[in-house]
Amino acid sequence: MFFLKNIWLIPLLPAVGAALMLFFGRKLRKVTVNAVCVGAVVLAFVCACGTVWQYVHWAAANGHQPFETSVFTWLGTDTGHLNFVKYDGTPAQFKIDAGFLLDPLSSLWLLFVTGVGMLIHIYSTGYMAHEGGYYRFFGYLNLFMFAMLTLILANNYAVMFVGWEGVGLCSYLLIGFYFHRKSASNAANKAFIVNRIGDAGFILGMFFIAWYFGSVNYSTVNGLARSGHYSIGDPIITAATLLLFVGACGKSAQLPLYVWLPDAMEGPTPVSALIHAATMVTAGVYMVARSNALFVLAPTSMKTVAIIGGLTAIFAASIGLVQNDIKRVLAYSTVSQLGYMFLALGVGAFSAGVFHVFTHAFFKALLFLGAGSVIHSMSGEQDMRNMGDLGGRIKVTHGTMFVATLAIAGIFPFAGFFSKDEILWQAYSAEHGAYRWLWFIGYCTALMTAFYMFRLMYLTFHGKPRMSHEVEHHIHESPKSMTAPLVILAFFSLFAGFLGWPHSLGGSNRIEKFLEPVFAKEASVLRAEGEAGQLAAGKQEVEHTSGAEYFLMIFSLGAAAAGWGMAWKFYRHADKGYSEPIASGAPIAYNLLMNKYYVDEGYDYVFTGRKEIGDLRLGAMGLGEAASLFDSRIIDGAVNNVGRFTRLTGKVSSWWDKWIIDGVGVNGPAILARGMSYPARLLQWGFVQWYALLMVAGLAGFGFYFYWVAK
Amino acid sequence: MVPITTLHYLVVAAALFVLGVIGVLTRRNVVIVLMSIELILNAVNLNLVAFSRMWGLHGQVFSIFVITDAAAEAAVGLGILIAFFRNKETVNVDDVDLMKW
Repeated sequence: MFFLKNIWLIPLLPAVGAALMLFFGRKLRKVTVNAVCVGAVVLAFVCACGTVWQYVHWAAANGHQPFETSVFTWLGTDTGHLNFVKYDGTPAQFKIDAGFLLDPLSSLWLLFVTGVGMLIHIYSTGYMAHEGGYYRFFGYLNLFMFAMLTLILANNYAVMFVGWEGVGLCSYLLIGFYFHRKSASNAANKAFIVNRIGDAGFILGMFFIAWYFGSVNYSTVNGLARSGHYSIGDPIITAATLLLFVGACGKSAQLPLYVWLPDAMEGPTPVSALIHAATMVTAGVYMVARSNALFVLAPTSMKTVAIIGGLTAIFAASIGLVQNDIKRVLAYSTVSQLGYMFLALGVGAFSAGVFHVFTHAFFKALLFLGAGSVIHSMSGEQDMRNMGDLGGRIKVTHGTMFVATLAIAGIFPFAGFFSKDEILWQAYSAEHGAYRWLWFIGYCTALMTAFYMFRLMYLTFHGKPRMSHEVEHHIHESPKSMTAPLVILAFFSLFAGFLGWPHSLGGSNRIEKFLEPVFAKEASVLRAEGEAGQLAAGKQEVEHTSGAEYFLMIFSLGAAAAGWGMAWKFYRHADKGYSEPIASGAPIAYNLLMNKYYVDEGYDYVFTGRKEIGDLRLGAMGLGEAASLFDSRIIDGAVNNVGRFTRLTGKVSSWWDKWIIDGVGVNGPAILARGMSYPARLLQWGFVQWYALLMVAGLAGFGFYFYWVAK
Repeated sequence: MVPITTLHYLVVAAALFVLGVIGVLTRRNVVIVLMSIELILNAVNLNLVAFSRMWGLHGQVFSIFVITDAAAEAAVGLGILIAFFRNKETVNVDDVDLMKW
């Protein structure tokens, strides 16, 4: 049980690789970088395989319960410094372990994340060979693997959130890998900021869970949620799940937060394959699937998930119909497929959604890596209008991408057929057909998917060469390090679907069986609640194959074939200046799609405020301007007016002091005294002898008076 | 030969007194003014001594007091004068006008 006991090794290995690269990488040679980083991920993959192998055996002997282990206590203690009062007034003994949990759900993710991650690491050694910042790229990739594995293996929401933020950071770093390009750094910022909006929802949802259940551990929360204490439609659980789904929308690029993913294609192509197609963007699906015990208690949230998923699927697929950048087509395709996954989760078909994540990881990674190989051979050209007729020149890329296209289009027996068909069937049958309109949307999306994927294939590999002679001269197949992963992924794109071979075709749907311990209990909860049919209806009916299922299968195969046929008809002979059928048929619709429904522009008007509506600026920049105006007019105005008033009163007071107090009060009496004393002053002229003369004169006067007059 | 009578003394004393008063009022040098005051005092002394011939020795005794007083007055007056001279470098009465407003 070495691997299972030391499950923390799996995320630690790439973490060590990342630390080595990011601290010391600058001085290392490429060989060393390859050895450390690819080695770390290969080891992680080996550990992951060993761990899952041991878990399967362990689980068989332990009643299929999840394996849990705690490495250390992260926050709080057993006596608890983090205790708080729950919603109902009872105390919660709160602590968070840096703990790991392995169950079928995380096993599945663990396998394809490390597996696809390993292949993409190997591919990157070829693709990035001539790029600057080699060590930095691999450091970020390893850091991403660490964060993603933490996200998957966490046994509580808090540690999951650490991984969640970690993958967001790596996504930001890798989208902005060519940071000298303004568009890349803008795209990185956009991804980071949009994700942050979702993360706010995740955190709030987590707080609701902690407040309601007194813990963020999956096992505790799920145990309580399944205990039957909580009624279906519980408002706090509904709020918590809706908030969690906001987080999922941000990370998994669902309406209305999907806008960052197409722009994320600014990053190097292996990053698009690993992070923005196969693994990170499925974190939202993982989180919702992980919280299934809560979601089934909140039908409103489930309905929201299903509707958002369905709408995102068709919305993104329709944009993908007309895009010319090979990576953008794939980006919109990713958004659309993620919509499928949420549609499945929303209608209660958790295992179908997870199964689609699993198959999608292979064929979408393959498509991106193939696109990378095409771009590589085209000396960096990404515009499909300048490609054409590459099929015969880069045969391995062409062949593998063809397999992936068949898989995503849902052609039997490629992987996408099984998972997509399962989703469509579940959407069709869930809740006795209440979601049938979403099935129809999904069906139209399948048609569009087949069309844009084969359009991509024909424009790239068939038709007439439309590139310049110089580029044409340089076309070459990619090195072995790049084609080998393509071949391996093509193998899985062909065969991964067999794991979910449905009962209706004589299979056993192993993947649903495998995932049953994670999802099955919900149905029993619902049955215990006496509302059995409500959400688990699809699950119940899938056991009995019905005629409708065969009919739908053929129907969706027909859609795929129709999409293929249309693409074949319009693009098979595409030459220079070929015409887009949508552009000539419905120019208004074409413009709308070409401009991505003007969503980015709308966001610029409403949320970022980069554009003004007339003279009015809304959104963040509008808020900033309003705040600036408020500051300069109101706050500063108040300050200035207080100052002005003080100055005015100062003037009055100064005038009063000068003229009334000093003038009338102090100087007035003085002036009066001086004026009145003026005559007296005249007598004092200071010459002593004059005084003496007066004395003598007075004396003489007296003498004269007494001697002659008074006698 | 006319016998010397009290009247003669009184005439001389009056003459001295008038000389003293004129000196005090007209001379500008403070030293001369002080000397003129002495003249006035001595005119009085002469009167006192002359009258003491007629009415006993009281007048002579009083004149002794006046001489003493004159000496003290001269000492104080000259002291003030020297102090003043040190300040103003003059002994002209016209410049002694500090009391003027």
